[in-house]
Amino acid sequence: MEHKNPDPEPKPEKTITRRGFLRGAGLSTAGSVLLTSNALAFDYKEELAVGKEFGPEPMTLKMKVNGTVKSLSVEPRTTLAGALRDYLELTGTKVVCDRGACSACTVYLDGKPVNSCMMSAFDVGDKEVTTIEGIAKDGVLHPVQEAFIEHDASQCGYCTPGMVMSCVHLVDNHPNPNLEDVKNATRGNLCRCGTYPKVFAATMAAAKKSM
Amino acid sequence: MDTRKEKFPYGIPGHNLSEVEREIPVEEPSAWPVNDKLKVIGKRIKRIDALEKVTGKAIYTSDIKLPGMLYAKMFRAKVPHAVITSIDTSKAENLAGVHAVHLIKNTKKDGEKDNKGKYPMVKYVGQPLGGIAAESLEIAKEAASLVQVYYEEKPFVVDLEAAMELNAPIVFDQPIEQQEDGGDVGESHDGSKGEGNVRGPSTSSFFGGPRGDLDLGFQEADVIVERTYRTQVHTHMPLETHGVVVDWNSDMMTVYASTQNTASVRNQMANVFNLPKSRVRVICEFMGGGFGAKHSAGSFGPMAANLAKKTGRPVWLMLDRKEEHLAEGNRPNSIQYLKIGAKKDGTLTGIQQRSHGTAGVGLGAGVGRIAQILYTCPNFATEQYDVLTNAGPGAAWRAPGNVQGAFGLEQAIDEMAEKLNMDPLTYRDRIDTSEVRKVERQRGAKLFGWSRRRPAGSSKGVVKKGLGVGQSTWPRFVSLDSSVEVKIHKGGGVEIRSSVQDIGTGTKTILAQVVAEELGLEVTDITVNIGDTFFPVGPGSGGSVVTGSITPPTRNATFEAKKELLKLVAKKWETDSSELDMSNGEVYHKRDTSKKMTFKEATKLLRTSQISKIASRSDDYGGFQQPWGLAYGDLGSVQFAEVSVNTDTGLVKVDKIVAAHSCGRPLNITQLESQINGGVIQGVSYALYENRVMDKGTGHMMNANVDQYKVPFSMEIPEIETVIVEEYSGRSSTDAYGIGEPANIATAAAIANAVYNAIGVRLYEIPITPSSILKALSEVS
Repeated sequence: MEHKNPDPEPKPEKTITRRGFLRGAGLSTAGSVLLTSNALAFDYKEELAVGKEFGPEPMTLKMKVNGTVKSLSVEPRTTLAGALRDYLELTGTKVVCDRGACSACTVYLDGKPVNSCMMSAFDVGDKEVTTIEGIAKDGVLHPVQEAFIEHDASQCGYCTPGMVMSCVHLVDNHPNPNLEDVKNATRGNLCRCGTYPKVFAATMAAAKKSM
Repeated sequence: MDTRKEKFPYGIPGHNLSEVEREIPVEEPSAWPVNDKLKVIGKRIKRIDALEKVTGKAIYTSDIKLPGMLYAKMFRAKVPHAVITSIDTSKAENLAGVHAVHLIKNTKKDGEKDNKGKYPMVKYVGQPLGGIAAESLEIAKEAASLVQVYYEEKPFVVDLEAAMELNAPIVFDQPIEQQEDGGDVGESHDGSKGEGNVRGPSTSSFFGGPRGDLDLGFQEADVIVERTYRTQVHTHMPLETHGVVVDWNSDMMTVYASTQNTASVRNQMANVFNLPKSRVRVICEFMGGGFGAKHSAGSFGPMAANLAKKTGRPVWLMLDRKEEHLAEGNRPNSIQYLKIGAKKDGTLTGIQQRSHGTAGVGLGAGVGRIAQILYTCPNFATEQYDVLTNAGPGAAWRAPGNVQGAFGLEQAIDEMAEKLNMDPLTYRDRIDTSEVRKVERQRGAKLFGWSRRRPAGSSKGVVKKGLGVGQSTWPRFVSLDSSVEVKIHKGGGVEIRSSVQDIGTGTKTILAQVVAEELGLEVTDITVNIGDTFFPVGPGSGGSVVTGSITPPTRNATFEAKKELLKLVAKKWETDSSELDMSNGEVYHKRDTSKKMTFKEATKLLRTSQISKIASRSDDYGGFQQPWGLAYGDLGSVQFAEVSVNTDTGLVKVDKIVAAHSCGRPLNITQLESQINGGVIQGVSYALYENRVMDKGTGHMMNANVDQYKVPFSMEIPEIETVIVEEYSGRSSTDAYGIGEPANIATAAAIANAVYNAIGVRLYEIPITPSSILKALSEVS
């Protein structure tokens, strides 16, 4: 069986998003390839730009990112992750699995975590995008970032931006998280170096400090 | 060479600490005392590049964007075994935005009798055939999908046992050689011997060949354990895939590479393009994981360079997740037959091992040397066979060979202990002569609460609890190709440079610690510039060689620079430099407390702009076991596992791991814990989850992604506690070693032993899945 990536290009009339496809596809395997993706960002309900014609040529797009409105010219098939990384030089957002299964590409849309690899850049609309580069404010680190440094919650560091995004969202929105809450908040974040225990410790410590 | 005698701490603090006298090169520094008496060595020091990592500012190879850069995509074989009759790239070339197409030609003449064509024969799904450079990654991907490849397909085999049959489709007609980055460390596999797809065997290693007389050994035995164990293929799946950005102009080829060995990538690229090594520069500032698979430039490095040459523009070429799974390395699987014999008192009388494994189209599918060296046994022989299959080549994967081997050996030892009516730990006390593992057993057992362990299968209820233990050994390897430059700049500023790279283990930080300790400065005062082949050559990050290889010359170069600085201060104070030392950011007189100045002031005395000292790794004090750098001693570990097994669903959950480890003189406790955590979690993953699933009918990997290639996420992470045992042996000026491989070896065996303790039925194959548990339970009930 070979997985065929569906075309991420938005089709105005009949919308098949990559996410919708994966919802159907992810559960149909057997044996030790069992178990589904568990990305938290799946809950997000996007607003597709229904009824509009796009492309195939690049089009100009305005996007509010980390407090600033940016203008960029991208092909309609460009994902939000691709737009951030390749056109806005915001490379802190990482693309690892490219199908919403690892959360390395987590950014916020109006404060809610989404997988930016699973979203068309054109579907952002007037929502504000926050990336890892926008988490520290005026050079002041978020308590979660400080705790990640203190508790050695990164090894190779490639999952770290996504991890920080998940943990910051938890700490900012949950008054007093316990270990299970932290595990739940990071349940979609893949770390191959196995830094999870330090991520848990760092996030709990940051939450205590933020109280 | 001029030498002097020097006393070093020797042994294990709290157990048998003493002193040893070594003859050392006269210019090298005095012995450091034990860690208790040091300021920054052996402490919890923050990773010096953590800020860049938590803010997203760390620039990895995949993040690099150069002016005029093109994006490249490779296209790959979609059938497992074939002669390529033709490749039509016209549609791809005509796509707007495509700048160049490059095809891999049959220049090497692969020698296959069926292949008389222009292109190498296809031997596995995912084999690279060519690449395309375009304005954007989207265009490059689209162009790659437009390439038409015409195949004349051949019979193929992807299954290990099927490939071993005499009438199996033959993968290669000819002898093959072990690929450079493949398989077991320090062990060569012979691809010219054997029949059909079965090559080898490899029977000897750097620890020697067979010993004693096995027949005699088994005759002397009162108890025999004879079993066959099976392990799966698993892929590395580093978060950052393999890849490069190549910027090639007339003067220099600059390669930004996601690599664990800048020097070997430089050598390979220079070799492929017939350039002097001085005209190839490889840079790796941050890299997103490797685990053994990223020692070479593969085929993607030369591909990017060829596309850069054709277009005259920099080329970005990073693989996608599927390519990574298919073509960039895996740990070979194994079928291991193991027979061990022991006398009634437990003394081992014979160990016989025979293994078959497949590294796909590569070699290196052995099961390591753990059965040969972990326990004292006079009679030993191993035969390790490579079986060729039509699948992607294996590569070194964290403790190559030994991880597979430990899964078999440590279960067999457990079974032997039970037959002898001995506790598994007590039995290991009897047959393991390692002093450091003895301490690890004691301290680990106490922390773990080993005394809670009950006889196998005695746990009541649906969810059964079990405790198990597993041990490991890994050689101490030292690479003499380990050099650094240490600079002290006039007016302050200390810098260290080497081509050695930090793959996430914290190499940058320990280098800063060593320099800071020697100069009496803070870690944050040191600038670490590494991962660039313009700097003195450093070792590859593999085999746990980096710490033991690069920290001694780092200390030695710093010591040389310090001596020069102290001479200038001594001249000013009209005293002898031997009267002076440095600590807390100051230079001071050892006997005259009125004489002191800050480090910064001292550097202003320089008559030139900098002091620069280069040092290279010298031989170990007392020499090596093997002249090329197999050191004395080992890197031992003992890991304890606690599991819950649901006998209704078959689900196994690892509740807790206690990992007791040694690595000589520990340098950074926090980073060591992180690496041990990682090794343990990868071990949990190996024992219970991950598995490359190949479709026998098509030769395709079925789970070449992240969502179906199952690895642990946060919900599967057990509680992990570490015990780090200091062990001094006075072999170098730092006496420190790595922990990367050891952290990963014993975990799966410890879990398997714990599963047995829980349910009273032993599983001889990993991954242990709910279905394998239920099957095992149904067979006994």
